[in-house]
Amino acid sequence: MRRVLSAGAGLVVLIALWEGYKAVGNPDGTVLFGVRILPRADDLSMPHVWEMLSRLGRPELTGGRPVWQAVLSASVFTLGITTVGFAAGAVIGLLLAVAMQRFRIVERGLLPYVILSQTVPLVALAPLIAGWGGTVWPEWMTVAVIAAYLAFFPVAVGMLRGLQSPQAAGVELMRSYAAGWWRTLVKLRLPAALPYLFPALRLAGAAAVVGAVVGEISTGTRGGVGRLIIEYSREATSDPAKVYTAMLGAALLGLVVAALVSLLELPLMRHRRRVSVVTM
Amino acid sequence: MTAVSLSGVSKVFNQGRPDEVTALTGIDLAIPAGQFVSLIGPSGCGKSTLLRLIADLIPATTGTVEVAGKPAARARLDQEYGIAFQQAGLFEWRTVQRNVELPLELRGASRAERRARATEMLALVGLADFAGHYPAQLSGGMQQRVAIARALAVHPPLLLMDEPFGALDEMTRERLQSELLAICAQTGTSTVFVTHSISEAVFLSDRVVVMSPRPGRITATIDVELGTRDDAARQSPAYFAAITSVRRALRGTGTVPGSVGAEGAGAVVAPSPRTSEATAP
Repeated sequence: MRRVLSAGAGLVVLIALWEGYKAVGNPDGTVLFGVRILPRADDLSMPHVWEMLSRLGRPELTGGRPVWQAVLSASVFTLGITTVGFAAGAVIGLLLAVAMQRFRIVERGLLPYVILSQTVPLVALAPLIAGWGGTVWPEWMTVAVIAAYLAFFPVAVGMLRGLQSPQAAGVELMRSYAAGWWRTLVKLRLPAALPYLFPALRLAGAAAVVGAVVGEISTGTRGGVGRLIIEYSREATSDPAKVYTAMLGAALLGLVVAALVSLLELPLMRHRRRVSVVTM
Repeated sequence: MTAVSLSGVSKVFNQGRPDEVTALTGIDLAIPAGQFVSLIGPSGCGKSTLLRLIADLIPATTGTVEVAGKPAARARLDQEYGIAFQQAGLFEWRTVQRNVELPLELRGASRAERRARATEMLALVGLADFAGHYPAQLSGGMQQRVAIARALAVHPPLLLMDEPFGALDEMTRERLQSELLAICAQTGTSTVFVTHSISEAVFLSDRVVVMSPRPGRITATIDVELGTRDDAARQSPAYFAAITSVRRALRGTGTVPGSVGAEGAGAVVAPSPRTSEATAP
């Protein structure tokens, strides 16, 4: 209940900041030595929050379905792609982390490339992956691959750190029990890695949403939030609030994915919640 | 029946490299079954290394290590010993009960058997009421008791302990010492106990093995006979006599050959032949 309240308070602050700047900011933006350092505060650049909300209720095009329906169905479409990409990325990241933990040489050989993979600009990579699509797999899968490509990284790095987290005493204990690599992994390393895994999964979830939206845009996939953002932004001059409704959809998507990760976390992290120490 | 037997054991770390360290050299030691033996010495004398060799957590460079009449590696695979470290090293995601069950789980014991044994062990260390708690909820002393229960869970014939009470306050430490002695007496377990506290070594042990550093070696073994280990024993002349001789051995100033125990107090403090070797520079 407290959490809901504080999250709500955060939203109120965000809206207050937006509307506050709009109220006091220069409509033409603040320009210093020919450089614009603060954005324009006019209605075209920063529509009122209530304008965005009311836009949700009005039809997309004259006589069409309301915008909220369009945004919602696009979000659901993108959520599907995000989930597939997220799951694939998480599994790949997990397997990579386990392989890197198991074999030192794999860690040394692979980790630099894992990091390198994220420095390649997504916009350069997306058309390349899109080139594979159409023939072997449907277009939405290309987008899922892009989402997975972004999602695997935090999981691989975070999980590796987690798998390496048990102290020597724990590892020695498992050795004293004559437990081999596999049983040490299952009984010690994986449970010890969970506190590292969940923050990594949250990052991966956010990355998967970004990957899916950008992927949709750069592959021209229809039906998702990415497409909607492009379409609506073309109407930005005449209908500035509209593109923000699509962005709301993308934000909602991120929240849903984060909530799904939290649901996963609840049953597995029970021991972390009880903290009162018995002293006797 | 010897619980542990080491002959001609040495351990060299980083052999053949510039940072080569001789941790142990010329270790011969036989521990009869049922005996409580302490390894004592200053930091860097290799007492923990010696314990790890017995546990086959690290291999010996030379010599043979036998536990329960088998090579140490075989004994480890057969889980002939239980081990407890200075840090309790409990798995924080498992309840106390499930921590104690861990070694049984890895042995493939049935669920019912695991539960029964863990309950029994927790009762032994006086934590029956905390089976459902998580380690983070317990104080340091309680965690250490859980670790001891875990080490005892498989009913090992040999218990290896590496300064298990090192991080505890004096009162908790003394209580746990008495508990440990009672448990060992009850179960007939042989124990190798690493400590750097002279009084702890003397109070607990049938035999105190004194070690010295650079390179780590055994310089004396001192037999201690206190009779019943109770609060009175902590005050007895025999206790103080044994403490004196261990202290002398540690300083290398030498014990007087023969008995230094108070006569008639039940103290038999017999320096082994190694004592005189070590004290004749």
